[in-house]
Amino acid sequence: MRFAVTRACGGGGGRARAGALYIGGSTTAPIETPSLLISTRKGLPNFVSRDHLAALPTPDSLLLHVSPLHFLDCPSSKTISNIGGLHQMLGLHEHFFVAAPRDSLESLPESDGTNKLGASFETPCGRRLIKPSAYVEKIASLKPNLWASIADEVPAWVSGKRNKTSIDRTLRWLDECLALDPAGGKTMLGVVVGGSNIEERKHCAIEVATRNVSGFWIGGFGLGENVEERPALLNAVTDNLPEEKARFISGLSLPEEVLQGVASGIDLFDSTYIYHLTLGGFALIFPFEILDHNNLDFQLDDTVGDRTKINLRATIYRKDISPIVANCSCFTCQNHTRAYINHLLNVHEMLAHILLEIHNTHHYLGFFRAMREAIKGGKFDLFRRTFVESRRIHLTSAVLCS
Amino acid sequence: MGCSRSAVVDRSEGEAFSVSFLKMALKFEVLGKFNRARAARLALPHFVCQTPLFMPVGTQGTIKGLTNNQLEEIGCQIILGNTYHLALRPGAELVDDLGGLHKFMNWKRALLTDSGGFQMVSLLHLADITEQGVTFQSPVDAKPMLLTPEESIQIQNKIGADIIMALDDVVKTTITGPRIEEAMYRTVRWIDRCIAAHKRPDEQNLFGIVQGGLDPVLRDICVRGLVDRNLPGYAIGGLSGGEDKDSFWRVVAQCTAALPEDKPRYVMGVGYPLDIVVCSALGADMYDCVYPTRTARFGTALIPEGLLKLKNRAMANDERPIDPTCLCMVCRNYTRAYLHCVVTKDPMGSQLVSYHNLSYMMRLSKDLHTSIVKGQFPEFVQGFLRVQFPKGDIPEWVCNAMEVAGIDISTCCAP
Repeated sequence: MRFAVTRACGGGGGRARAGALYIGGSTTAPIETPSLLISTRKGLPNFVSRDHLAALPTPDSLLLHVSPLHFLDCPSSKTISNIGGLHQMLGLHEHFFVAAPRDSLESLPESDGTNKLGASFETPCGRRLIKPSAYVEKIASLKPNLWASIADEVPAWVSGKRNKTSIDRTLRWLDECLALDPAGGKTMLGVVVGGSNIEERKHCAIEVATRNVSGFWIGGFGLGENVEERPALLNAVTDNLPEEKARFISGLSLPEEVLQGVASGIDLFDSTYIYHLTLGGFALIFPFEILDHNNLDFQLDDTVGDRTKINLRATIYRKDISPIVANCSCFTCQNHTRAYINHLLNVHEMLAHILLEIHNTHHYLGFFRAMREAIKGGKFDLFRRTFVESRRIHLTSAVLCS
Repeated sequence: MGCSRSAVVDRSEGEAFSVSFLKMALKFEVLGKFNRARAARLALPHFVCQTPLFMPVGTQGTIKGLTNNQLEEIGCQIILGNTYHLALRPGAELVDDLGGLHKFMNWKRALLTDSGGFQMVSLLHLADITEQGVTFQSPVDAKPMLLTPEESIQIQNKIGADIIMALDDVVKTTITGPRIEEAMYRTVRWIDRCIAAHKRPDEQNLFGIVQGGLDPVLRDICVRGLVDRNLPGYAIGGLSGGEDKDSFWRVVAQCTAALPEDKPRYVMGVGYPLDIVVCSALGADMYDCVYPTRTARFGTALIPEGLLKLKNRAMANDERPIDPTCLCMVCRNYTRAYLHCVVTKDPMGSQLVSYHNLSYMMRLSKDLHTSIVKGQFPEFVQGFLRVQFPKGDIPEWVCNAMEVAGIDISTCCAP
């Protein structure tokens, strides 16, 4: 795996950077960053089947997050190995899998249960203690393109002592994973923790940076820390990591959080935003080409919800025969109407979620692409401010009108 | 009863009727035969179909878990929509306002809607059938409501399917007594009301449904009554409700023998692949059932050998696809071991097995059609039975049915 920074913003853009991640062979096109990791359940998207996944924009949609914890009970490591690993088992030969245990949905770090032997997670199969050796064994059978070491992620409110312990364990387990890795760290991502303590964050980042890993997975965010404190904590990490290695993060899901992460120099995001939107019946509509037309005239329109998304369960969509977003090239918008999806949601049909996950993924990938264009054009700070302001103004108007 | 017409239409009167009901929106052309079995070309307003064919059930305007392009990919020709469900949500008026169900779903091929009567009787408490129609309690506000033949047709006219079904008085085959006779005669009376109410005969084909329980005399009266109306097609109803297989095939055989050659014959609620093969041998053309998709959601896959229970512990390490002879997207990409992990647990599991099961049914339909056209139908039936019953323990009802169908399966049976 190789990573190269193609454009660093500096100045007003802060630490934001555009990059290229070379995961496949030398002939495959790189994944441009900042980029999204698509969430999966047992390696496949929740609702989008392989043919529809292939129709999403590439190479953006080739990056998938996978949690080895989804495969704790079945298939057995032996069977997975016999089949040939993730790519073979899932029939996704062109895709790239980034493995990390936490999926921010159902496989959640459970810091009370974590001890010196391993990290504890709440999973659909109950509470499980994951030891580094067992974890590496699972990874060896799955053969993901990249994988994060096992870490002790703690929520923001733990004591200083517990926080320090989490760093010690995380570093120890990183070294264990490295020692057990036949590839010697070539596909490994070292996990950086440190909770809500700036000094500890810095210390952990410096330590992990000395290890022979190919990139970094920044853990412990999205676990109750103060959103305003976050930039300082993120910067404490990124300022002490080498520029030329990729930085992954989980727990930053919303567009604003992603923008925050990008501003601090994060490159790749594992986000559950699409999943939550889809289950809730929401479809993304926010315009992301916001630098093309300076649309500062934010009138309140009569769509239910904000300008980010529409709630397709709402009765106003019963007869709306327009697509979710005009001119969207996704399968859902090219083939179906808001009225039809409204009906599917009302009668609890799975097709609603399939169509929504396709559109929401397509749309969120478009957001990331617009962000990359902004960075490459030296306009990331403007992009970020415009985006955030557009949502604030709408909310303010809503308050004033009520 | 106050009716001016007699319940059984007199031949001479029937002719006067049939002149005005020659309007059809389909063309049915038999391309090949083997004894009673036939392969045909059924041209409907939205699609030209090949029979025998299986119609997946898309109850609420969608086949559970599959997108339209996937349905086209696997060879789906007609989808069935349930009038009762669609009239409730999103409502017939809305579907009409938005241009009909085809447009609403963006389904470019053919659609068939049932009358709504069966769903009401089976789904609702306090549903009752009178001469007027089906009375029931509205599931929305418990108001007493009435579905008449006229209203069923009106709703189906709004939905706009290629084939619509007459409202019939359907009775379970497990019931005996005078109720069956009453239901049969009422069905014939209602067909005239359906015909009169049908506003779009040049775009939608009204099929009559043969009732009469398991009584050959009643079935015969019903067939003749419906045939006199010269409808575009006929369904054999009232089966697949728990009757024994021996009675089932005999009713199908009797009806297919009596129904006209040049019109499609649709056995409602069938079903299992074996039943479809037998009914096709006896001369039926069209089938529908929730079985393939429903059983998929429980983790059961359809294979030539019968059923594959993917939740079974033996599947946990089985590295083969569901069916090595199947070329569908699921069998080309996934193992039984992986599917064992996802079925009944994750939505994707449900999608994948549904996709395979429907592919299997489409492949079965195509094989039936092609083998008849190519003059290889007996070989196909023999091959099918040998794989399903490798020990030769073919059920007696199948042997009896094949005898009537004139297909020699002696080589498939154990000595």
